Amino acid sequence: DGAVRTLPSLGRLSRGLPFGRVHGRLGASPSSRLVLPAPLSQESGDPQRTALLLRKAWTLYSVTPLYRFCRGRLRDYARLLGAFIAAERQKGLAVEVGVELDIKVALSSLPELRGSERDQPAVLVQLSSRSRASPKNSEDKILWLGCFCCMYGDDLSENMLEDFTCLPLFLASGAESYMSVVGNWFQKTFDCIFRRLAISPFNLSWMVTMWAGCKVDKAASAVELTFSVPHLPQPLDISYAIHPEDAKALWNTIQKTPGEITQEEVDVFMDCLYSHFYRHFKIHLSATKLVKVSTAIASAHCDGVVKMLHSQYLSGVLMLLTELAISQIQ
Amino acid sequence: HIATSLPLPSERDHLRPRIDLIVFMIDIKSKCSLKNVEASLAYVDASFFLGKVCFLVTGVGRVNCCSIETNAISKLAEAYCSPVLFCELELEGVRVATAQRLLRMLQICAGLVPGFSALSFSLLMRNSADD
Repeated sequence: DGAVRTLPSLGRLSRGLPFGRVHGRLGASPSSRLVLPAPLSQESGDPQRTALLLRKAWTLYSVTPLYRFCRGRLRDYARLLGAFIAAERQKGLAVEVGVELDIKVALSSLPELRGSERDQPAVLVQLSSRSRASPKNSEDKILWLGCFCCMYGDDLSENMLEDFTCLPLFLASGAESYMSVVGNWFQKTFDCIFRRLAISPFNLSWMVTMWAGCKVDKAASAVELTFSVPHLPQPLDISYAIHPEDAKALWNTIQKTPGEITQEEVDVFMDCLYSHFYRHFKIHLSATKLVKVSTAIASAHCDGVVKMLHSQYLSGVLMLLTELAISQIQ
Repeated sequence: HIATSLPLPSERDHLRPRIDLIVFMIDIKSKCSLKNVEASLAYVDASFFLGKVCFLVTGVGRVNCCSIETNAISKLAEAYCSPVLFCELELEGVRVATAQRLLRMLQICAGLVPGFSALSFSLLMRNSADD
């Protein structure tokens, strides 16, 4: 009936939460359980390459599988994308006013940025420029970065047909105008769809619980949650900061199985924070909207913007984001 | 009649008409509303759970704002043997359709529809939800 047809999101809602996969534990209790990947050892992989993912604000997108994407043709793709960008700029799009720039496009593979063997290695898209006015041997300035990534995306790649490449998570850093040009080219060339990935308060609470429980060094920054209060004439934001050691101590009393997190544990952790706040300020934070969480590991905003701060837990964060992206695609 | 929580104030007990249907509203954007409903359920007499209680989940149109897992709501509904309706109050069509459904349920629970009791209707809803 008509009423049901106007709620397309209902199907996705009733499937349950995205972080609900049971890894290798059959017959486990019905509550959703997540297994955390062990933090990377310092020596694994090329730290320089993955370091470019750290300490930048990345806007998140989900990408449907790319059709006939050939890893051997990255140079060709870079050339084609460069030509496309030049053509768009002729038309007057993606232009930075008053600056004469030669935009160089580079596509590269990041083989160490993947989770399981079945994951496709990440693909980096780099737009750099050299102003025509600057001297010949000056360094190129990076204008925009994009990264296709798949970290433990087995759910998606399991039954994928051969001609398709699964890289469901896309991270973008730089001007939105470049994103739209690059996004258009990929969508046209590989018949895929990019969609902004938002993060619900429910998923943010999973993230803050997981990240607050990670072992970090003494100088770690505070665990901070930002709430936005609805239905007020003036917008009001509430910021709640917790000492990282207190948060970790709280989590240690809650977590039952090391290396695993269940929905109940997340609920208890958040309830403790909310009731502590209520005791002091008589405000029910659970009636407000959680919009941003920030820890020493990473920070995430509900608009789908994340910052990864700790190299050791990079794959853990990317795994969560990959799962979010996959659930948006399916 | 609308209340923000149960129990209802006892001063007005003698003025209150018979209660045929209780609809517990849960806003999917507010964890607080779920806690409130869970606390209020304790004040409901057991006989109401034979078809005279229903859960109404609002705000489902905005998946990116949800603070509650739908699994938790389904488990609650199962525990109390009552149906769950999902709706989005901001969409007029859905709002109207949901109001019509609730009115229909109320008619059945009040015994105004011959051949249908609250209990038989709730069993009907439960069976179709399992499919």
